[in-house]
Amino acid sequence: MSRVEGYGWAVDRSRCLTVTVNGRTFPAHPGDTLASVLLAHDVVALGTSVTLGRPRGITGAWTEDPTGLVQIEEPFPEPMLLATTVEVTDGLVARGVNGRGRLAQVPDHARYDRRYTHTDVLVVGAGPAGLTAARDAARAGRSVVLVDDRPTPGGTLTGTERIDGRPAREVVDDVVAELAAHPDVTHLQRTTAFGHYDDGFVLALERRTDHLTHAPAGRSRQRVHRIRAGRIVIATGAIERPVAFEDDDRPGVMLASAARDLVHRHGVLAGREVVVATTNDSAYAAACDLADAGARVRVLDARSEVPRGRARRCAERGVPVTADTTVRGTRGSERITRVLVGDDRAELPCDLLLVSGGWSPAVHLFGHVGGALAYDAVRGAFVPGAPLPGVEVVGAASGAPDPDDPEETPPRVLWRTEGDPTRQFVDLARDATVDDIARAVGAGMTHLEHVKRYTTIGTAHDQGRTSGLLAAGITAELLGRPVADLGTTTFRPPYTPVAFAALAGRERGELYDPVRTTAIHSRHVAAGAEFEDVGQWRRPRYYPRPGEDMTAAVLRECAAVRGGVGILDASTLGTIDVQGPDAEVLLDHLYTNLMSTLRVGRVRYGVLCGHDGMVVDDGTVLRLAPDRFLVTTTTGNAAAVLDRMEQWVQTEWPHLRVRLTSVTDHWSVFAVVGPRSRAVIGRVFPGPDVSNDAFGFMTWQGTTLDGVPVRLARISFSGELAYEVNVASTYAPALWDRLLAAGEPEGITPYGTETMHVLRAEKGYPIIGQDTDGTVSPHDLGLGWAVSAKKTDFVGRRSFARAANHDPARKQLVSLLPTDATTKLPEGSQIIGFQDDGALPPPPVPMLGHVTSSYHSAELGRPFALALVRAGRERIGEVVHVPVGTALVPARIAATVLVDPEGARRDG
Amino acid sequence: MQLIPCPWCGPREETEFHPGGPAIPYPADPAELSDEAWARFVFVRPNPKGPSTEWWSHAAGCRRWFTVLRDTRTHRFLTEPAR
Repeated sequence: MSRVEGYGWAVDRSRCLTVTVNGRTFPAHPGDTLASVLLAHDVVALGTSVTLGRPRGITGAWTEDPTGLVQIEEPFPEPMLLATTVEVTDGLVARGVNGRGRLAQVPDHARYDRRYTHTDVLVVGAGPAGLTAARDAARAGRSVVLVDDRPTPGGTLTGTERIDGRPAREVVDDVVAELAAHPDVTHLQRTTAFGHYDDGFVLALERRTDHLTHAPAGRSRQRVHRIRAGRIVIATGAIERPVAFEDDDRPGVMLASAARDLVHRHGVLAGREVVVATTNDSAYAAACDLADAGARVRVLDARSEVPRGRARRCAERGVPVTADTTVRGTRGSERITRVLVGDDRAELPCDLLLVSGGWSPAVHLFGHVGGALAYDAVRGAFVPGAPLPGVEVVGAASGAPDPDDPEETPPRVLWRTEGDPTRQFVDLARDATVDDIARAVGAGMTHLEHVKRYTTIGTAHDQGRTSGLLAAGITAELLGRPVADLGTTTFRPPYTPVAFAALAGRERGELYDPVRTTAIHSRHVAAGAEFEDVGQWRRPRYYPRPGEDMTAAVLRECAAVRGGVGILDASTLGTIDVQGPDAEVLLDHLYTNLMSTLRVGRVRYGVLCGHDGMVVDDGTVLRLAPDRFLVTTTTGNAAAVLDRMEQWVQTEWPHLRVRLTSVTDHWSVFAVVGPRSRAVIGRVFPGPDVSNDAFGFMTWQGTTLDGVPVRLARISFSGELAYEVNVASTYAPALWDRLLAAGEPEGITPYGTETMHVLRAEKGYPIIGQDTDGTVSPHDLGLGWAVSAKKTDFVGRRSFARAANHDPARKQLVSLLPTDATTKLPEGSQIIGFQDDGALPPPPVPMLGHVTSSYHSAELGRPFALALVRAGRERIGEVVHVPVGTALVPARIAATVLVDPEGARRDG
Repeated sequence: MQLIPCPWCGPREETEFHPGGPAIPYPADPAELSDEAWARFVFVRPNPKGPSTEWWSHAAGCRRWFTVLRDTRTHRFLTEPAR
């Protein structure tokens, strides 16, 4: 046991907990970390390193530790956390990481969430500098957010300091109490500002439950704070770094500040026989404090001059100090037993070696937003350079000397000592040595970013907090260039590892990408539909009866529609209400055909192209009134089409008096399709005369049902007699039920998107985005009839005049009939032509095109396909070949309309 | 994440916006253009290193389009956007 009486202000020794590490059970206290528990029980080696399998222990005090990694097993599996940052809870089970951590194999049911905050001032770090900044801002009436990553405020204060003559921890408590009294101050501990972005935007992760043995039900485990601040004060302190020497990775080698923090915060002595090796003044405090706590301590100072005041304080405690002496190596197996000192490598016995190679300001948040750093050659540190607007760096993070230490003398800048470079570890988390850097430099690398990637130094969980500058200094020495010339590698978020679950927040599972369903979705579910996702929508794909697979169900549905009557929920089609005196002008600009000539009460098919003359969407246009049209788009393209239209209206034709509104969700649309559809519609809607003479193809009529307005339109996407029934979505379930009940005598059959696709393909109607790919013009699709010759301009028109658009070898939409009448060609298959002699051409085999849609047809009693084929219309009648697996399937090219080419069924 | 000044809503988060590329006016009479000049309008975009006049849309907000001068090196918006 290495607990020291009278120390450990963070630990409540009146209460006991139990934790289990590497199968061994330890007593612990609230306020302990896994690291303090282990070191209190002289457990120094914890796991093994990632590539060399060398023993690894705890070397730091907090997130700078490159080595003390644990895998949490209970209460929830968590890979690769630092023992120094894990607050113990009762029953915690962990083990040291050997090599790599392991992800949980069970679902994480914890809740993660997110909060947005706007504030005048954000202060990062609740050490003395940060607390002062937060207090001053609060007193000036500013709204303040103060975040700090440790469990308690006060930064690295040990509790022995005095501020303005008072004990430092009392001052901290007073400031915290004052901040708590301000209504506009939010103070969050256990909250790490991990990313700093443009315009005062900071992401911070709050750990809300992991430190609690019994977390309140419903509290989120972690919360990401998205903070937008008018001013940001970076008070993140500084991080001690080591010096590289032989076997510097042996457990029992620690940063001097870590051991000092441990004794004060947790009352744990990490060793009894301590050697302190330093290049600067700061480690003397650790030496004196550990001596006061009962350790036998000796100091080795790399400098030729020992600072007088500090030497005196050491002498008072019987701590010998040797000047001009550095560590060259260590001895021991899983724990250090001796340290090798000086040119003669004299052996000193010890069980703890504390190292201090100087301090690196924690400038990460300054660097995230491109803040330039300047090299302070005297202190051997990169410090914030030119100030950034709205960003202030204060305290040790600024690189300024400690104002409370007037005695401070300059450090010696030392990166490594004499020794075998293959055993001088620079990045202990990556097993990367001085020799690795030498090999990078030997391979010609002169830039730190390259050295980093070659050696992997600085790429582990700690992002090189203790090793980055060491690597820069050693690289500079090897290159014979100043450190200032090399600079640093780029600082990138996150500052500490952040779980994906925290970033995802509540947007996972069903909320990851919410599904849109129509007003009668429950009817489809009840009917046993199989669904498919179309854009954000979930649509019925087919309605299988018992024992049916998709092919059987779709063949049945197709036959029912062509032979009787079917019903399709078409509510997902994008619908845009276009209103205004210039509505017809806009539509003439946008569509390839004339819309201004469309009479009220009529419907027209329209094609939309881009500037390049390629089809981007299609749909129907209903004229409701002289100044009002209802435009439909394909399901997946609705938002994009509306955006495109808005862009045109706002940027090119702002003079047009026209407004566009998405009404997709307002209306539910049911297509009642098939030769028996007229009987069903006539039975449900007694008002209108549904005969062909009174209600012709491509017209619409308004009517009411029980006082509810309904719009009926003679639109067909199957070639059959068909009516589209539009009703406000509130009434959709009732109307759907009425249509099904009324169609019962006709055997009305609900059908899904798969049947819809087959029926339209049999008629050669393309689906934009399936049969097209952005390189297909209306003419390629055989839609030249929908391109106006009268209009002087519309979007895409100029491109139709390009020579390439008239190339007879362009790919054109045709149908393909496999000559064996049994093979369904896989969609996406390539199409190749044989040579005149009937032989397969030598590679590279010329590709004629590809299959875009392919189905079994109930009507034709065989499979068929649509395809884009080079000069396809000229080749009608020719046989081409389609590789299917290892076979070449011959298929005859045919015109696109395979069912009812005369159009006799359209009017019933 | 930048704040982008929407001329209608004020400064809003970058993720609410949709870039529309360089603001190139539609030709007065496309039929007058040579194939080459038309192809240049359709396919070629200026890609300046420095100030660039661009269309932006407050897509997840008021859905209005506006033009701005933006520095492509720093991503800073150099002028107040025009309504």
